[in-house]
Amino acid sequence: MNKALEDTIPTFNKKDAGDENVSLSGGLAALGAAGGARTRLEIAVIILVAVIIIGGAELILTVMEVPQYILPTPSQIVTALFTEWPFIWPHLLVTLFELFVGFAIGASIGFVLAAVITQFPFVEKVVTPYILLLVTTPMLALVPLLILRFGFGSEPRIIAVALASGPMVMINSATGFRRTDLAKIALARSFGANTIQIFTKIRIPMAMPMIIVGLMVGSIFGLLTTVGAEMVGGAEGLGNRLTYYSSLIRMPQFFAIILLLAAIGISIYVFFFWFGKKWASWEA
Amino acid sequence: MQATATDSKAGSKSKLSVSGATKIYQTRTGAVHALEDVSLDVREGEFLCIIGPSGCGKTTLLWSMAGLHPLTRGRISIDGDQITKPHPQIAMIFQDANLLPWRNLEKNIELPFELKGTKPDHERINRLLDRVGLVGFGNKHPRELSGGMQQRASIVRSLAVDPSVLLMDEPFGALDAFTRDEMNLLIQEIWMETGKTIAFVTHSIPEAIFLADRIVVMSARPGRIASIYDVDIPRPRPVSIQTEPEFIARVMEIKTRIDSQRGQELDHSAVA
Repeated sequence: MNKALEDTIPTFNKKDAGDENVSLSGGLAALGAAGGARTRLEIAVIILVAVIIIGGAELILTVMEVPQYILPTPSQIVTALFTEWPFIWPHLLVTLFELFVGFAIGASIGFVLAAVITQFPFVEKVVTPYILLLVTTPMLALVPLLILRFGFGSEPRIIAVALASGPMVMINSATGFRRTDLAKIALARSFGANTIQIFTKIRIPMAMPMIIVGLMVGSIFGLLTTVGAEMVGGAEGLGNRLTYYSSLIRMPQFFAIILLLAAIGISIYVFFFWFGKKWASWEA
Repeated sequence: MQATATDSKAGSKSKLSVSGATKIYQTRTGAVHALEDVSLDVREGEFLCIIGPSGCGKTTLLWSMAGLHPLTRGRISIDGDQITKPHPQIAMIFQDANLLPWRNLEKNIELPFELKGTKPDHERINRLLDRVGLVGFGNKHPRELSGGMQQRASIVRSLAVDPSVLLMDEPFGALDAFTRDEMNLLIQEIWMETGKTIAFVTHSIPEAIFLADRIVVMSARPGRIASIYDVDIPRPRPVSIQTEPEFIARVMEIKTRIDSQRGQELDHSAVA
């Protein structure tokens, strides 16, 4: 890092500060666009739309006498969720466990890798294509292979989740770490900061908005992979329940699972949105 | 160093001493010769302005004085100590205030203490905040403050650790003309009250004349000292002197010198 400072002509061009800002750009601003502060009227309209859609579906499906196995009514789905809950929740726990563990492993490795690799431009240039390969290849494709090696338990899914979320966290964090600007590092150094202090007090906070974006996208990817992996094999998890209920043509229960998955997804989004507000609001 | 350096402040000893400073940057497109054999003494308690066109190495010179990057050749010392890394007696004030946007004002000002692992001197900080008129803004974030207020906060941040030398790198370049006048007055007052040694980089000739005891004019490619002017206008200098004929004559004199040095390059940057 000192090396970089020595051989860089001091300029304060804002462009220099963030070469590759553009990739998943705007950082948190992108998240904010969909979830910014709303007025009461807007909230009221959003709820109204939901009521119209759900009520309308209920009405149309009932009036048209659409068979349950084609499309159950919203009330049937909710009823199924409650009556079937004792049988569903163990699977919910399995899915959450796999998602959490897989994501924790993947995200930690991705974050550390990003922090280290961005310190060495040469290494970064060599490694990036492979990380991109990991990001763009659906890790679900590996699940059958992982099942052969690790059996039908949670391990293959956890590995798949880590492989799916880790590179996502890494590539976004790396973008964040790259844009740390020279003037702020020089500032810290002028007050005698050492390399570790520069890392914790300048580079991490500066990268935080992109790190949070990475965590959010990575965890959503993780959810996707968890459910997909459960559908491929094994006897547990919400993904497995989807295959199970659809094979029995128990559509209300099937949709109840989808409802749960949507709730998990939204919770992840809301959590990271709140997290971003707290730790990276300075950028929005 | 061809210009004579007759003392305007008699008896002052050298605080910062630059001798034979040469800096060559190795960049991808080849070597950039930023400084060539610059020798200069900043006297204790002096207000020195360094002025010159873009690319004349004035920021490089300042960064070297701050110990932020090593020289290719030459030596810079403070009170006889060679500067090889940032020195606790030297504080730097940057362009655009350079506050950390994720910290509020209070946390920004406490940064130097945090980095040194010492307890913030709240009494001193409060006195300084009061001095620059920032009391009650401690919990505001930089983006909630005007450019002038941000720069005042950064001045407090630097003075809070009580350095004996302030290095200022075009600190007011991004401010509007009125705020800039205000800040120049403030920094003059602070300098008179505290007796700090200040090296101040600018590319505004009037700003340099208004503030400086001595002006070092640099020329570009490679950056070297073209001439040195003494400014013997009595202090405190009011903002209004900038419109007096004598002041304007000084501006013209320096400008003419710079322009004639620059020859055909003239049109490029003097405006900035």
